Amino acid sequence: MTDTAWIDAALTSARPQAVGALLRYFRNLDAAEEAYQNACLRALKTWPQNGPPRDPASWLIMVGRNAGIDEVRRHRKQEALPEDEAISDLDDAEEEIAERLDGSHYRDDILRLLFICCHPDLPATQQIAMALRIVSGLTVKQIARAFLVSEAAMEQRITRAKARVAEAKVPFETPGAVERSERLVSVAAMIYLIFNEGYSASGDTAEIRSPLCEEAIRLSRLLLRLFQSEPEIMGLTALLLLQHARAAARFDADGAVILLEDQDRSLWNKALIAEGLALIDKAMRHRRSGPYQVQAAIAALHARAEKPEDTDWTQIDLLYGALEIMQPSPVVTLNRAVAVSKVRGPQAALDMIEPLASRLSNYFHYFGVRGAFLMQLGRNDEARVAFDRAIALANTSAEAAHIRMHLDRLMRDSKPAAAKATK
Amino acid sequence: MLYAILCYHDEDMVGSWSKEQDAAVMKKLAVVQEKLTKQGRLGPVARLLPTTAATTLRKDDPPLVLDGPFAETKEQLLGFYVVDCKNLDEALDVARDLGAANPGGAYEIRPVGVFNPGSVAP
Repeated sequence: MTDTAWIDAALTSARPQAVGALLRYFRNLDAAEEAYQNACLRALKTWPQNGPPRDPASWLIMVGRNAGIDEVRRHRKQEALPEDEAISDLDDAEEEIAERLDGSHYRDDILRLLFICCHPDLPATQQIAMALRIVSGLTVKQIARAFLVSEAAMEQRITRAKARVAEAKVPFETPGAVERSERLVSVAAMIYLIFNEGYSASGDTAEIRSPLCEEAIRLSRLLLRLFQSEPEIMGLTALLLLQHARAAARFDADGAVILLEDQDRSLWNKALIAEGLALIDKAMRHRRSGPYQVQAAIAALHARAEKPEDTDWTQIDLLYGALEIMQPSPVVTLNRAVAVSKVRGPQAALDMIEPLASRLSNYFHYFGVRGAFLMQLGRNDEARVAFDRAIALANTSAEAAHIRMHLDRLMRDSKPAAAKATK
Repeated sequence: MLYAILCYHDEDMVGSWSKEQDAAVMKKLAVVQEKLTKQGRLGPVARLLPTTAATTLRKDDPPLVLDGPFAETKEQLLGFYVVDCKNLDEALDVARDLGAANPGGAYEIRPVGVFNPGSVAP
């Protein structure tokens, strides 16, 4: 590995803590980011020679804080910045710096930094872009690429979001227990959004967008390190790991969706699954269930099944039942119906989703699932109507292609029957 | 004598490596391991999952189960090797070889007192 790549990784991993601490000092996001950038420039100059410090974050905070203060003074007196030599002996003082930095702020600094990105006034896409820019430190170019928009458009989106956040008063006091847990809920939801943005990509863009999934996992692990005994954060992390573990098996060579039961399970990432299952085990011990844990438990049942027919659908049905109570939504019921179709047959499943028709009348998956149940029941004409509607509502070409596969099958199945009838 | 070589590293930093960086490190480590295997000196090797997956049992009365690793440190225990070495110098040579393949962090070299090879293989 080259030195630069090594230093990049050190800077990336130190970023949330360093920017979070600098934000606490300067109480201004732009100032904090600028100070951090200055510190990074110095790091790139001195680390290759002296080797990176043992605690990169503390180094960056110290240097960034000095740079920021100098910046303020320079504006005041129009004086030149101090020479690099003035800070070149920082490494010797590192132990001392590390002690002077208040470790207890660490957790809340990072949480605050994440929290300002999930301001309720910001639409989801802006929240995600902010977090990727400010917390993860992805370049505007990288984020634009993942979002499949132009760099200029993304730049504008982030600038707008930052202006909004600057107007809103971000509280800098150490949060109380209730406030902290509220922040945690918002931040978890935002991390989930980042993941979904990558996960819901179609086959042709999945590879470009998978960094979003990886970044969400990194942030989720970071959050869990800060809040080691929060079962819902364990659940969130487990959910992301278990979903992402299937990434290599989700699309065929042409970018078409491969359904869970048709996936080549040997392509699932075993290390991610092991980590996800370990976290679910840990979370369950707390006996404080929540939506992320339940969804992760469902993903875990799929991950544990070596073959599709080993899937414990009864348990999945029960878990979706629990999720319906925690987060009532027609989409959850629709997912539950798939499990019900495996346990009690397609008629029971169809009965379950009939009442959802009006609320999901524009939802692609509703018609895809409905068509599949009807097809299983041999009601092919009705199935065709549902599939046609699904294609009209498809969000991606891969979704449409998948439904067309069903329609082709219906055509094939009904042809011999028609031939027989004419005899 | 058997030596345990305990690998400590900042797991946030290791987690920030790109897939390519991670794979490159693992590949270089495999070369060192292969050499030791050929010499018949390599015992069990493990890369541990992140400390977020760890649980600690404190042997209080009654024992207390805590989430997370036993020690909160700047660098975390991320894996270990067991290697047969004549003496500390030789163990340090192995650690240097491993260190050249895997930048940053530290190795703790601990002579093994009792060793039971066990029978479980993943």
